[in-house]
Amino acid sequence: MEINLKKGFDLRLAGAVPPGSKPRAVAARVVAIVPDDFPGLSPKLEVKEGDQVMRGQALLRDKAFEYLKVASPAAGTVKSVVRGARRKIERVVVEVAADKPQAFDTKATDRASALSLLCASGMLARMRQRPYDIVPRPDRVPRDIFVTAIDSAPLAPSLASLVQGKSKELAAAAKLLSLVTDGKVYVTVGADWTLGDIAGAQMVKAQGKHPVGNVGVQIANIAPVNKGETVWGLDVVTMAKIGSLVLTGQVDTTANVAITGSEAKDPCMVLTTEGVALAELLKGELPGDDKHVRIISGNVLTGVAEKEDSFLRFPYRQVTIIPEGDDADEFMGWASLSPNKMSASHSFLSFGKKLFKPDARILGGRRAMIMSGQYDKMIPMDIMAEYLIKAILAKDIDQMEKLGIYEVAPEDFALAEWADTSKIPLQQIVRDGLDYLRKELE
Amino acid sequence: MKFLKRSLDRIKPQFEEGGKLHSLKSVYDGFDTFLFTPNETAKPSGGVQVHDSIDSKRTMIIVVLALMPCFFFGMYNTGYQHWLAAGETSFPFWSLMLYGFLAILPKVIVAYVVGLGIEFIVAQIKKEEIQEGFLVTGILVPMICPVETPNWMLAVAVAFAVIFAKEVFGGTGYNVFNVALITRAFLFFAYPAKMSGDHVFVATGKMLGFGPTVSDGFSCATPLGQIATSTGGNLDLTGIGGYALSWWDAFLGLIPGSFGETSVLCICVGALILLLTGIGSWRIMLSAVAGGLLMGWIAYWCQTPTYPASYLNGWEQLLYGGFAFAVVFMATDPVTAARTETGKYIYGFLIGVIAVLIRTYNNGYPEGAMLAVLLMNAFAALIDYCVVQSNIRRRLKRATAKTA
Repeated sequence: MEINLKKGFDLRLAGAVPPGSKPRAVAARVVAIVPDDFPGLSPKLEVKEGDQVMRGQALLRDKAFEYLKVASPAAGTVKSVVRGARRKIERVVVEVAADKPQAFDTKATDRASALSLLCASGMLARMRQRPYDIVPRPDRVPRDIFVTAIDSAPLAPSLASLVQGKSKELAAAAKLLSLVTDGKVYVTVGADWTLGDIAGAQMVKAQGKHPVGNVGVQIANIAPVNKGETVWGLDVVTMAKIGSLVLTGQVDTTANVAITGSEAKDPCMVLTTEGVALAELLKGELPGDDKHVRIISGNVLTGVAEKEDSFLRFPYRQVTIIPEGDDADEFMGWASLSPNKMSASHSFLSFGKKLFKPDARILGGRRAMIMSGQYDKMIPMDIMAEYLIKAILAKDIDQMEKLGIYEVAPEDFALAEWADTSKIPLQQIVRDGLDYLRKELE
Repeated sequence: MKFLKRSLDRIKPQFEEGGKLHSLKSVYDGFDTFLFTPNETAKPSGGVQVHDSIDSKRTMIIVVLALMPCFFFGMYNTGYQHWLAAGETSFPFWSLMLYGFLAILPKVIVAYVVGLGIEFIVAQIKKEEIQEGFLVTGILVPMICPVETPNWMLAVAVAFAVIFAKEVFGGTGYNVFNVALITRAFLFFAYPAKMSGDHVFVATGKMLGFGPTVSDGFSCATPLGQIATSTGGNLDLTGIGGYALSWWDAFLGLIPGSFGETSVLCICVGALILLLTGIGSWRIMLSAVAGGLLMGWIAYWCQTPTYPASYLNGWEQLLYGGFAFAVVFMATDPVTAARTETGKYIYGFLIGVIAVLIRTYNNGYPEGAMLAVLLMNAFAALIDYCVVQSNIRRRLKRATAKTA
């Protein structure tokens, strides 16, 4: 099976990890779990400050489904539980000690045992369910499960290279996942895939520009979600970890993180632990204090800006460091003839294969939707994006359903939000719309 | 630049809530964001961390840029027609340009002062940033009006259009009808005697005492005006002084007509700018030309002396009057045009058809492009509705096919 996408756009950013560079190892001393990384989960603490935890032991569980856990990335002591407004858990910090893995019973032979393994080990929390783009509700049987082996986001590491040599794990994972779904396990791979077919999975070859790697885009082009259906999505790195769990009975929490971005001193791959403290991860990567930089955990489209004293956020595979730009004071930027302006439109004099170093400025004021067709060019799905956004803003549930809100996630709108002349916060609008719909309908 | 930025920052507090000059906050913001790209950065989470360099200002300025060839040509042509009317035989380039410049300058000033003034006031009341939409409208309005339109009429028309066609709907991005065309339509229907006929399309007075004298009672109709009143299938179009006009003159634009819309050549240059930058929709332009050609040829094949414009063939229809200008600069206004990609083909095509239809089969209106665009503005939402419904039906069908 093949899909070939015409729409989309590849941002050409400076600061990629040079190919063939040696990964650096960073031993984590503190790690953290951020509940915000698991949308749809109402977190309850499984531990308290001072508790000893093993690697893979639950730190959090869901309020509704108590067996749905989020696992600790490392063995050690629970150092602190940071709470924000209205006692919301912002993160659970673990001080790393000598490694001690929790052992899981991996003899899964039916749906129930497979599901309970995925829930208990925190693997289900790493997946996303459509509709609503949330951690899958374990009481729903997914129609199909979709795995993406492509990360097409700007400067993202090649997922295929991160699972190099893990054919056995992937096959084991495919077997486990097939127990959970009534349908198929689709694995969508790009041109860089070298492992061949995975036994038990339906392989799909995909090519195109970003967002071809978004699992939602792949779903829309393979077998779209209809009203009333549920599908799950995950990336191939998580899939390999599920396989390794099945084979070893332990949760693999190592993380291959790409340090990227125009302000990173030495873009490279780092071998470390999930949820590692950014201060440790980025040692020697940040420019001096006189330069305003933005540290993004993730890529520039869907990532989260974090301070240096914070932690690596899910999906634990990329950090992008770009200029903040709040001190740029650019004179009449709208009239610029500079070749250093990155844009999907052709109204700037930036041609060719040049790499750009954009900063975090919004570069304009928020306006009503003026230009038409801009979103559609960036979303390779059969979705009338502009009308869906308007339906969400109008809180018109009927229209949202008709226009396919069950098929989308905020990340699918990220590229459109980037390109938008009117600077409308599309991802936030979609997120709010999905949350509103879930509240009203469930 | 540093000094300018510092001065702006220094006076900023006076425009904030409670400051002495708070009532001018929208004006301050307008100038501040015009001079310096805002340093506001993306939110830490929930959205993209970088943004495309393009913004509303850039978009609008590209359109203004695309209008410039037509604008400069309009200056030249205004002078040229005046010199012709005065019976001169030599046409000094810079004198013609100066005359045209003096003729159009008051109109540009009136349009911008009135229109932007209203925008500033509304932005202040709504506590919003100034919207850039009028940057384009303000230059379009003088270009689509006859050069002899009195300034006070222009002021009234601009005020009417900005308030009742735009601000009452919510401002830029929410208007149903193209604001510049509403201005033109208001003038056309409120002051028909001053806006049509054979006295308004050529500047006859001196500009600040500059330019040759034209005799009183001079008149010259536009080519389309001549066609509409011609009889018996006789289409001998003449320019000032009685020399014959060909389609080539119409293509170059050295004919009487509204200020900016005579030269198809310059309009093509503008269209090229809009298409290369991706600001204007090629779908609309292409389908409108196709619609105009089709209707033009149909009329040509069924030509009858009752409707003299039917003696023009398909492509000649595209060269005369405001057709080309309307297709490139009016029909492509993204806010009032159809917004779906399929819808744009239908929308553009119907504009082409209706413009030629009105022009040919309604002798009361020698030109139909303005009315065609306005009519389709009204239908754009309906076209989009049908396109969106087809997407909805497709999704529904997919879901029911699954369960069946």
